[in-house]
Amino acid sequence: MIGIIDYGMGNLRSVQKAFEAAGNPATLTRDSQELCGFSGLVLPGVGAFGRAMENLHKLGIAKKIVEEVGGGKPFLGICLGLQLLFSRSEESFGNLSEKGLDIIPGVVHRFPADLKVPQIGWNQIVVKKDSVLLKEIPKDGYVYFVHSYYVKPYQPEVVLTTTDYGMEFVSSVAVDNVYAIQFHPEKSSTLGLKILKNFGEIVSERRLG
Amino acid sequence: MLAKRIIPCLDVKDGRVVKGTKFVEFRDAGDPVELAAMYDRSGADEVVFLDISASQEGRGTLLDMVRRTAEEVFIPFTVGGGIRTVEDIREIVKAGADKISINTAAVQRPELIAQGAENFGSQCIVVAIDARKVPGQQRWQVVTHGGSQATDLDVLEWAAQVEKLGAGEILLTSMDADGTRDGYDNSVTAAVSDAVNIPVIASGGAGNLEHFRDALIIGKADAVLAASLFHFKELSVSQVKEYLLSCNIPIRPGIAREVE
Repeated sequence: MIGIIDYGMGNLRSVQKAFEAAGNPATLTRDSQELCGFSGLVLPGVGAFGRAMENLHKLGIAKKIVEEVGGGKPFLGICLGLQLLFSRSEESFGNLSEKGLDIIPGVVHRFPADLKVPQIGWNQIVVKKDSVLLKEIPKDGYVYFVHSYYVKPYQPEVVLTTTDYGMEFVSSVAVDNVYAIQFHPEKSSTLGLKILKNFGEIVSERRLG
Repeated sequence: MLAKRIIPCLDVKDGRVVKGTKFVEFRDAGDPVELAAMYDRSGADEVVFLDISASQEGRGTLLDMVRRTAEEVFIPFTVGGGIRTVEDIREIVKAGADKISINTAAVQRPELIAQGAENFGSQCIVVAIDARKVPGQQRWQVVTHGGSQATDLDVLEWAAQVEKLGAGEILLTSMDADGTRDGYDNSVTAAVSDAVNIPVIASGGAGNLEHFRDALIIGKADAVLAASLFHFKELSVSQVKEYLLSCNIPIRPGIAREVE
């Protein structure tokens, strides 16, 4: 079973239902003690980086995520859940003093002021590296974005896809068992559901293997 | 580059689609959720629900519909009609809508736009503007109450003001073109698109494939909305998309998906 971490950052029912529609039963959980019982974990979420980290710490989830990920459990970050995996963000204070989970080395920046912020709408991915997560996904497929910040990993080899929004930014990453995407699979129709299905396969393969 | 969007609109009353009889092949031809899911599978980029229920019971049914849509439809959706207060917005967003649209209430109380944007983010607040041409002049006035009441507001000035107040998007309906099938009013659409720096959705008047292209190119719209044309299956979303792709307009190709 896949566990979707519910830490008070947005309505996660549609994420759960999208997993179900993709053939992977998933449950919402906010109990840090439960996380070890799931075969895969998902960290979704929308809203402010600072408040999200505060909630993750308060619920004792931040530490557990680092442990579970370190133990090799398949993990998927979505939107804010991607950004939280990085080392630091400039969201709250305009400098990079705000700490994230630091599972993927890198930082989170705001889109430059000359672009329309937030980016809202369907935009294309450009696949940079093959991954099971993107199995059978068109190399230039469209997915749905709503975000004002983007991630900048220090190691270019973690980049799965980039996207062009007046500037090229990283729209998905993978490091070992950790996968993360900036777009919303639960709003990305057929391609989004396919990506969730692929993650489900990653989870079941690890369990069986 | 962001894709231009194709948006079917569904008129809903007391939880049922109005003019729902054409879809004979559906188990329940009047169920808005089932129709929205069909639009998702056929390549629509978003869906708009316009609630025209007058009664309290109708509103309750609406929230139930929003909850079911969030669970069964995997593209963004907007809910408009009868939204008057921040609490109304909160209820609908909490039920799972991605965006809400306000029209008459925004004209009566422009601060509702700012309050909505502060509480839920600009990306959530669509302001619907109904425009009517002033006879003999190259300007348009804002009309409210479903097109029945004229105001003194100039459409271009109002559009600029709603952007300043925090609207994330403008849904612009030409009352002159609406229902004619003669094409969108590309002059008002282009004028509004030039006046603001937020996306403009063109609405009213779609009758054939070229009309969609013209609204996006001549009207400079970011998205095009149509109701009856899709509803009565005179054109399908995928036909429109194929045509626009052939005109080299950036469009997300519809990818068919089997019903789970």
